Amino acid sequence: MTETDSAVCFVCILLIPAAVAGIAAVNAGLGRARNAAQSMLSSMCFAAAAAIAYFVVGFVWQSYVGGPSRVLLIGGKPWDWIGAARPFFLGLDLSSGAVAPLFGMMSAALAAIIPIGGGGERWRLGVGCASAAFLGGVTFPLFAHWTWGGGFLARLGQNYGIGRGFIDAGGAASIHAVGGVTALAMAWILGARRGKYLPNGMPSAIPGHHATFVLGGCLLAWIGVLGLDCAGAILFDGASWRVGPLVVVNATLSAGAALLAVAWITRLRYRKVDASLSANGWVAGLAASSAGCASMAPAGAMIVGLVAGAIVVFGVEWLELHLHVDDPGGAVPVHLLAAVWGVLAAGPLARNAGPDQWLAQVAGVATSFGFVLPVAYGANWMLNRFLPQRVSAEGERHGMDLHELGAGAYPDFMSYQDE
Amino acid sequence: MKLAGLLLLPAGWIIVLAAVALLPSALTRNAFALAGCSIEIFGLALVCGTHAGFKKVSR
Repeated sequence: MTETDSAVCFVCILLIPAAVAGIAAVNAGLGRARNAAQSMLSSMCFAAAAAIAYFVVGFVWQSYVGGPSRVLLIGGKPWDWIGAARPFFLGLDLSSGAVAPLFGMMSAALAAIIPIGGGGERWRLGVGCASAAFLGGVTFPLFAHWTWGGGFLARLGQNYGIGRGFIDAGGAASIHAVGGVTALAMAWILGARRGKYLPNGMPSAIPGHHATFVLGGCLLAWIGVLGLDCAGAILFDGASWRVGPLVVVNATLSAGAALLAVAWITRLRYRKVDASLSANGWVAGLAASSAGCASMAPAGAMIVGLVAGAIVVFGVEWLELHLHVDDPGGAVPVHLLAAVWGVLAAGPLARNAGPDQWLAQVAGVATSFGFVLPVAYGANWMLNRFLPQRVSAEGERHGMDLHELGAGAYPDFMSYQDE
Repeated sequence: MKLAGLLLLPAGWIIVLAAVALLPSALTRNAFALAGCSIEIFGLALVCGTHAGFKKVSR
């Protein structure tokens, strides 16, 4: 990587906190007013816990390409399973332009706030920080090592001739799917919100309190994901800074196509455009295009976005109505289902990839569900046994703001009438 | 059933990885990888079904 690449990469990484702020605003806006301050504070605390856990131990497991790692020989081929760097970033000279650990820390913070969408309005702040620390210290860095740190997924092409190895420059799997899988686990463990399901099993609508907050959050997320994708493309796809315009065009086309697809489908189905679903569609388009952001042609990115939008509309309905997953922020369809689609689509749509590329992408998706989901579910289930993660029924009725923070986000007005 | 589903998820994943690492022929490798994915989907369906069964009634 040249000096210019490093400098561009560093500037792009500085944009990633905008994605954190955007997703936090989306999650807060899609919840009720009585939980808004707790949701925003949870985002900050979860991001902080994950970043600290990554600094303390996470980077040890993630390491970097060419860095220390543990390798097994399977079938005569090296399988790089886990990094072996030093804790607390020891041995790294951060003042000489080492951008990979900085990228990892920001990505861990972003991944850690995604589950708030699935566990919103009922997830206690303190124990949630412990869950975020586990994600930032264990599940995210392990997956990131396999994808970005020279691990076995990245080397599928080199070792077995399977395409270019697993393609995920912008973190559709490493960030969005890891966060989305954890969101699904949390939605299962916490159960549905009070009043979400009627005794006959039918879901009731619990609308968010601030559509402007949600839509503004999407615009912030756009800026952050552009930086994330550009930095990931330079760091992990072997691209130079010159690939930046392609990455920006791809992310914007995908998000735009997803938004318009959702607006069109909801207009057809409900006679009105649904603002919150459209916002989720925008973020889903950004998540889906991240995998092949530097490898796809712009037309391919549009196709990815169109399908991601449809996935959001039907995924939300399917999860809520048939699987009874109460996901107030739409984290599962947006960050898991759409991202998985983006990862799979990067196989046939990526340029300079062989016909076997789909198998590398399938191996990456299989790792999300086969490793991250059981580990995230098991760890959070165990944590829940000792420290209940769900707020008490009384706390949920009063609202998380009053119950956990002692004051509401909007003290000047009463805005809920559903009790 | 939930535990069985959660165990099928890593089982399917290991089959996918084993197919990639150990099978030289593209046809058998692809077939075993898809079989591993099918097992994961079955495990996911079991876990989803278990949760949909007992979490739907609000507290």
